[in-house]
Amino acid sequence: MRMYLQFLARCFRLSFVGDRRYYAWMFFLTVFVLLGINAYCKQLVQGMATTGMTDQVSWGFYIANFTFLVGMAAAAVMLVIPVYIYRNRELHDLVIFGELFAVAAIVMAMLFVTVDLGRPDRFHHLLMRFNFPDSMLTWDILVLNGYLLLNLHICGYLVYCAYRRREPSKIFYIPFVFIAIFWAITIHTVTAFLYSGLGGRPFWNSAVVAPRFLASAFAAGPAFLILTLAVLARFTTYRVVPKAFMTLRNVVTVALTVSMFLLGSEMFTELYTGSAHGASARYLFFGMHGRTALVPWIWSAIGLNLCAMFLLYLPISRRLPVLQIACVMLIVGIWIEKGMGMIVPAFIPTPLGELVEYVPTLNELLVTIGIWAGGLLLYTVLVRVTIPVLSGRLTFDRPYQLPDEITRAPDHVQTVG
Amino acid sequence: MSGKPDIRIWDGPTAARVGMEPELTRRSFLRTGAAALGAMAALAAALAPLRELGGDDMPSLGQFLQKHYKEMTSDEMEEALERIRIKVEARFDVRPHLRDIKPMEGVEFVYALNLSRCIGCRKCVHACVAENNQSRSPEIQYIRVIEMPRGTLDVEQGNHHYDHPTVPDESHFYMPVQCHQCANPPCVKVCPVEATWQEADGITVVDYDWCIGCRYCEAACPYWARRFNFAKPVLPKEQLNPNMSYLSNRPREKGVMEKCHFCLHRTREGRMPACVEICPTGARKFGNVLDPRSEVSEILRTKRVFVLKEEVGTLPRFFYYFDERYPNTLDPEALAIAERLRREEGDAYGALPGADGPSRAVVAAAQPADWLAPAAMPVTGARA
Repeated sequence: MRMYLQFLARCFRLSFVGDRRYYAWMFFLTVFVLLGINAYCKQLVQGMATTGMTDQVSWGFYIANFTFLVGMAAAAVMLVIPVYIYRNRELHDLVIFGELFAVAAIVMAMLFVTVDLGRPDRFHHLLMRFNFPDSMLTWDILVLNGYLLLNLHICGYLVYCAYRRREPSKIFYIPFVFIAIFWAITIHTVTAFLYSGLGGRPFWNSAVVAPRFLASAFAAGPAFLILTLAVLARFTTYRVVPKAFMTLRNVVTVALTVSMFLLGSEMFTELYTGSAHGASARYLFFGMHGRTALVPWIWSAIGLNLCAMFLLYLPISRRLPVLQIACVMLIVGIWIEKGMGMIVPAFIPTPLGELVEYVPTLNELLVTIGIWAGGLLLYTVLVRVTIPVLSGRLTFDRPYQLPDEITRAPDHVQTVG
Repeated sequence: MSGKPDIRIWDGPTAARVGMEPELTRRSFLRTGAAALGAMAALAAALAPLRELGGDDMPSLGQFLQKHYKEMTSDEMEEALERIRIKVEARFDVRPHLRDIKPMEGVEFVYALNLSRCIGCRKCVHACVAENNQSRSPEIQYIRVIEMPRGTLDVEQGNHHYDHPTVPDESHFYMPVQCHQCANPPCVKVCPVEATWQEADGITVVDYDWCIGCRYCEAACPYWARRFNFAKPVLPKEQLNPNMSYLSNRPREKGVMEKCHFCLHRTREGRMPACVEICPTGARKFGNVLDPRSEVSEILRTKRVFVLKEEVGTLPRFFYYFDERYPNTLDPEALAIAERLRREEGDAYGALPGADGPSRAVVAAAQPADWLAPAAMPVTGARA
């Protein structure tokens, strides 16, 4: 126990240590976290009227980001599957970065739901009267917390074993890895059911929502991991096997293709039929009665996704810079598609046919950016303390020491392109 | 990725000291101290808006620990009611006649609306706002009257914001929509904390002290019947209706959901909802469907009634019908009433209630002076 507390204390101290770039990055994130906290305090005082939401469009940016992040968290297991099911040992250590990201993404997702509550001071009511199994929201709370615990356990156990220089005992983590794979599918499925179970919202009330969510998540999540690994490879001592990028590239390519196919199926059904059920889709893609707020968003999303898909299918995306560009396009594209393209249009027109558009306010954007900055801050710290432990430079009997040759000042370190 | 030089940017020189006793030099002490101070100051600045939280915004301990409506004993309910009375008195200078009214035995309320008699005058909207203490700013109204072209029930072709003194327009009919008090309510199903439920008499209610404000019910409702308090509700003191109950029209706080409750503080005591009482043409009918002699039972038996969006399976207790005698026009009797109202009321006729709009005036013109506080009601204290 003492050893474990010492481990936590060392990790904590380590998270405050780094070179100038590390400090600059953390400072940058902290500024936005503080701006977000400030904006949220204003929301607490003045109410949800500080957001762009109305009785007509009663969920907006927060819930959109929540949905996107649940997908990102679920997609972390896409690294786990090749390692544990196909026994691809080379990627073994990389799994931890995926699961750490799952932890950060779940924390962000939960924060987004929390800031969306009108009465966060009554959070404890959830513990006292929990409408399970009727409300899909209670299912979501259960599966998200379960997934958070699973991933904390798996990464925490593996990292702590490395710290103690012990071989991890399989019985303590392999079963959890397989549960987590299954669980990852459930978190995004339950989140999709949250929407698709509502008969009063025809735009959501479709069986393809859950598969679409999973496919787009399994494209965006691994794409984010590609970017993370690229950063690790460039800025840290951590050695990323090139094969990792190619495995992830394959996952992203297939998932994005499936996602685009499902989007096409949805568009066809909604638009060709021409029924009243397609009103939201018509508003989303073409605008309605001169109201076109979402039209540029959805077409940029589709454009970005198509370009990314095109790049991924070309051999040129075997080169890391190109792959990174494709990943950025795809993440932005899917973020728009799930947020402005999936959550908001279901409210427009309203069930009584009123057309009220939604634009997030500055305060809402600041809260959103604050949560993203907080999540990235958490992820940075987690990765920052994990790397020296995994590479054996921080263990219980060896406080973090560096080889002599790099005790120079960091700004003299040669930068590589 | 291959042939990367060994750069360890994150493992800067200071990292070498981690895990060892840090050397406490004057310089490092000052630097760490300054950084910590700076961080604290920045955090304090970020939290500064919280200073504006009034005592009113913070729940008292009693309120914080208050149980769910269904779990409260009668003593606990009395405590909760007293807490609310004190709060209302502090805010509105009037001691409210507040109680918790239970459903009556053998009663299931049903609403019927004769679309051939609705002239779109929106008096029901005004009466509802005046009766139920909704926020005047931001405006909250439970009833939406939609101007519909003849020949369709597709609400997307309707107009919510029709121009007032011209109603009724001959080529349209007027369809008021409010909570349909469904027998299979999707809003109740989705609420994560059971803050909304269906009572024995069929009314779906909200415990305003239990709602966490997630707005899932608002997303689930196919009739757009729920309203959220996006900001602290504003209600002028002199406009408060002091006749109130726990589950219906007591003043709400910001961040909670509310909706039509068939005026249960009236209807459970044998009176009509405010919207029925005010309707100048008698288009609105309300009563106990379990009583075969009631007007609504008669209507359900003899008229071709329909419900909105039957396909979503919500089983509404709100029925619409057209008078079969007048397939292409409004009931001439209703048209005559509209004509008279237009003459008498001028600009106020058909208007939506505004932030400081004519709600009270419009309602009072059509009602006896004490309509909000009937003689039978116990004394509620003097207004300041």
